[in-house]
Parts: sequence; structure tokens; C-alpha cells
Amino acid sequence: MIDKPTFKSSFKAILYLFPMMLVIATFNLYPIVRSFLMSFYTDFNIFTQAVNGYGLDNFFTIFNDTSFWLAIRNTFIFVLGVVPTSIVLSLTIAILLKKVSFLSGFFRSIYFLPFVTSTVAISIVWNWIYHSRFGLMNYGLSFLGVDPIAFITDPNYSMLALVILAIWKGLGFNIILFLVGLNAINENYYSAAKIDGAKGWQRFTNITLPLLGPTMFLVSVMGVINSFKVFDEVFALFQSRPGPAGSALTVVYYIFQKFYQESQYGIAAAAGIVLFLIILVFTLLQMAFNKKFVHY
Amino acid sequence: MQVSFENIKMSYGDKDVLNNINFTIPEGKLVSILGPSGCGKSTTLMLISGLTFPSSGKIMFGDKEVTKQDAVKRKVGMVFQNYALYPHLTVLENIMFPLKMEKMPRKKREKRALELAELVQIKDHVHKKPKQLSGGQQQRVAIARALAKEPSILLMDEPLSNLDARLRIEMREEIRRIQQETGVTTIFVTHDQEEALSISDEVMVLNEGAIQQNSDPITLYNKPNNQFVAQFLGTPIINMIDVEQDKSILEWMPISDEAINQTKRIGIRAEDILTTSDERKMLFSGIVRHVARVGKDTTVHVKQGEDEVVATDLDIIPEEGELLYLTANINKVHFFDSKGGIVPVEEVARI
Repeated sequence: MIDKPTFKSSFKAILYLFPMMLVIATFNLYPIVRSFLMSFYTDFNIFTQAVNGYGLDNFFTIFNDTSFWLAIRNTFIFVLGVVPTSIVLSLTIAILLKKVSFLSGFFRSIYFLPFVTSTVAISIVWNWIYHSRFGLMNYGLSFLGVDPIAFITDPNYSMLALVILAIWKGLGFNIILFLVGLNAINENYYSAAKIDGAKGWQRFTNITLPLLGPTMFLVSVMGVINSFKVFDEVFALFQSRPGPAGSALTVVYYIFQKFYQESQYGIAAAAGIVLFLIILVFTLLQMAFNKKFVHY
Repeated sequence: MQVSFENIKMSYGDKDVLNNINFTIPEGKLVSILGPSGCGKSTTLMLISGLTFPSSGKIMFGDKEVTKQDAVKRKVGMVFQNYALYPHLTVLENIMFPLKMEKMPRKKREKRALELAELVQIKDHVHKKPKQLSGGQQQRVAIARALAKEPSILLMDEPLSNLDARLRIEMREEIRRIQQETGVTTIFVTHDQEEALSISDEVMVLNEGAIQQNSDPITLYNKPNNQFVAQFLGTPIINMIDVEQDKSILEWMPISDEAINQTKRIGIRAEDILTTSDERKMLFSGIVRHVARVGKDTTVHVKQGEDEVVATDLDIIPEEGELLYLTANINKVHFFDSKGGIVPVEEVARI
């Protein structure tokens, strides 16, 4: 089947690729280039599309904007709150699901449901759960003797509420990935480890964890990227506000505010570029880490 | 350590894999478990290792019962068919792994691992990952790892089946050497009779979940207990001559009439066949169909009707198409009854 590339075969291949290329070019490549350029527009008329000046002013503006720094800070708190907890929880659940054969298909579907349900619907339900007076969460906490917490309206708790929602929502997808990773580990290694005298926990730390490296890398990279881009959960949970007193203002929410609410296109684009660079740096860091520690 | 099975039964669902197995493997010996695939030999090994548990019966290590202990507690060494080397660890770390689990201090376990690497001749590769090694080298690492915690029993599950022919012969000599140097009781599972006969002190032949014969390799070959063992061992396969229709060909033999009556088939190994000119002493006659000469070996195929006999050590090299009368010394002829069991034969003086 491996033919020499000829003009005809290349043309045929391009023809097959063309529809998808068209979609990607229109909705991904063009906006990326456009927003990159837009971040350097200092004087811009959206209606006439006329650009009267270029410069770095947009970047100076956002770096001097306290709410941009707040957004960066909130986003980092969110990523740190969501990713590690989500990995630990989903790995634990995946291991349990692998061990339990009873109704395992049923449980897998249940855990996967949040992932395929619309974020808005989920956020509305969680909004009720978090309700300070009638919410299920506070009802549960009341048994532990905790006074009702205003998750949605108290700036001290809004980020916690957002993190819990995001972890719960992402769990299903991570569990599926971990299950695939766990099933890819040959049973023989566990037999060998048993023969070598490794007890349950030792088998987990010496066999499961290292052999799960590639999956761990995938889950963490995707988790970090997705968490840096958090927006719709915030928008829906706090009813189109960035949380009480901006306590859940994230970078993407900041971009949204600048672009759609304040029509500061250049500033929004500049913030987008900064977010892009942050995600790029973190992904490169993870890849370097992966290269160093996951190789076999 | 001595290993014994007492009335071991093993079934998966309603399928019996092992049926009331009893045996004792003496301390310090290399014993092979030989049988066709699906005969229960791997199951036997898993039962000794503690990775699976018998449906009923008792497993003893020495005079201690270990039936209920799992693999972590039994502390046997095992070499897996695909080696199961930990892919994320280096060769040295692989060998040290069992010692690490024992919480042996790092310096000490490194020293011990290097000694073992020396024993299995893999010292030049200790910092490589298993993936960078050849099959034979991986095998050596697997043996070193199995020996690391100085087990009293070493189990090997078809350890040579993933190697090419030449390497297989080299590695089985190695296994024999390592076993003799360490003196560890070794149980070696294989479906390859040549492997089993060449390296073991004792061979246990299993078929359909039952022990067919348990003896030293020479006895096993020369005095098989039944037709299965006779046919399973030896290349080319033992010649079987059906004598049920015509017992007259046995009449010249100095054996009792009772023995002749019981005999349904006789078996003669290819190398025991002789040519004869005495028609009365003939056991088989036929036309030479094919003479195959490979190096020093000459194989003669003699055919009569549907039956064919293969002879390897004839004193003459016949022409194809020639008529041959074949016979054998009586002590080289195996007599089988209708159930495939051996017929006890004592030479009696014929009148």
C-alpha cells in the first residue's frame, strides 16, 4: 500500500483533506492570526475595519490593570485546585471500577454522564445545590454541625464552589482515560511483582504508577489546558457575573468582558495572547518533565 | 526445598484441569513438567507459586503446608514465559526489585544484584532498560531476578519458548549450569521433550490433568509407562504396529501367550529397527518409499498399504522401491494393551 508520492496521489490526498482544512482554517487558523494581529492594534475602528495605529499599548494596559492580575491569580488558584485533586480522585475511582466487576458498565456510564451533559445545565443544578438556605450542600453540612455557607454569594467561598463543580464535571473523562491506561498494563507485571514479594501498596507505587506515566501525562496536560481556559462554568454558575466581587474572575472571563461588554478588542486580544503564552509555557514544562521521567 | 502435592484438584468452572495429582519434587533437583498444551502443566506451576489456589488438596513445601498462602508469602522465584521484566526499571533495578521489597539496605542489594548479574553473565548491560536487550539477555535478567531473594524453589514457565533454536540450546545449558551452581530446587515447565530430557534430573509427564509418568529421562525414554508417553517422547515419533488382526508376527518371540493375547499394538523406536533376512523373525515388511539423508542422518520410510515405518539407524542404506524385512530386539519392543497401557512382558523359553 505504500506507493511513491506522485503528483496525482498528492493531489488526491489534498482533495480528501480539503474539507477539514477549510473548517480548521476558517475557525482556528484565521482567528488565531487575526487575534494575534489585533493585540497590537492601538487605534481600531471595528465598523470600518480601519487600523490607525500599531503598538504594545494593549499589553501595557492589561499589565497595569489590577483586575487582569486578579484574573491571572484566580485562574492559577483554579488550576491548582482542580488538576491535582481531579487526578487523585479519578485514579482512585478508576482503580475501584477496574476491581469491581459488578455493574461496572453501569457505574462507568454514571461517572461519564457529567462530561456529556451541557455545562449550563450542570451549573444551574449546582447553583441550586450551593443555595445558602435550601441547597443540598448546606443540608449535608448541617449534619456535620457546619453553619450554612453562601457558596455563590460569599467571595470567600465562590472559588471553592467553582473548583468542586469543575472537578466533578471532569471526573468522568479522566476516569475513562485512567481505565484505558490501567487495562493497558499487562497482568504479568503484577504476577511478577507478587512473586517478588510486593504487597498491595508496593505494587501500586512500583508497578501501577510508573507504568501509568503516559496516561498521567495526558490527563495532566489536558487538565491544565482545559482549566486555564475555564469560562462557561463561571458564567453559568454565577449567573453571568464573574462571581461576587470578581472573586471568580478568570482570564477567559476577563477576555470575554473586554471583548463583548466593553468592546476593547485590542485589550481582549492581548489578554488572549498572554493566556496562550502561559499555557504554552506550562505544556512545554510538562513535556520536559515527561521526557525526563516517563521513558521506557 | 522439597515440594509435594497431595490429592490436588483444580477446576475452572466445570472443567477439571488437574485431577487428583500427587507428586513429590526432591530438594535440589531440576525437575521438568512436560506435556502438550492444555495438559495442566502451567496450572501446576501457578499452584506452586501461589498465584492461583487449588480447588482441593494440599500443597507442602518441606513439611510445611502452604496451600492457603499467597504468592507474596510463599517466596518462590519464578521466570515467566515472556520474562515480565519491569519496563521502567534498568536491568540492575529489575534484579534488585525483590530485595527492595524485602527492605534490604541499598548498598547490600546492589552488591547482591551485581553478583547475580555476574552469575548470569549480564554484567555489561546492568544499566540498560529491558527493551534494549535481546531475548536471551532478557532471559538472563529474568533468571537473576528470580534468584535474587535466594528462593528455595525456582519455577520456570516455558522460559525458552521465545528464543530462536540456537539460543535455546545455549540457554538450556545455562539454566543447567546456574541450577547446579546454586543448588536451588528448580521446576521447569515445557512442551518440548528435547528440552526436558536434556536438562532435567527427573521428568514428570502430564496429560489431561493426570501424571502419566514421573521418572528420570533415560527410563522415561526406554521404559515408557504407556502409549502416550511412548508417542510423546522421541523424534521421529515411535513406530506403532497394529498386531490385533494378526498376532502371528509375535509368535517367534520368547514371551508368554497371555502377554501376546493382551497386546494390541507394539511400538518400536526408529533407531531400534533392524533389517533381517529371516522371514520368521520379521515384524514389518514393506517397500522403501523414501530415503532421506540429512548430514550424518539417514531416514528410511518403509510403507506397506496404509502403514508406514520410519527407521533411522539401519546397517544398510537401501534403494527406493526395495522390499525390506524389518525386526527389532525383543527388549527394544514396547507392548501396549487396548487401553494404551504397557503389557508386562517376561521372556519365557519358547519350545
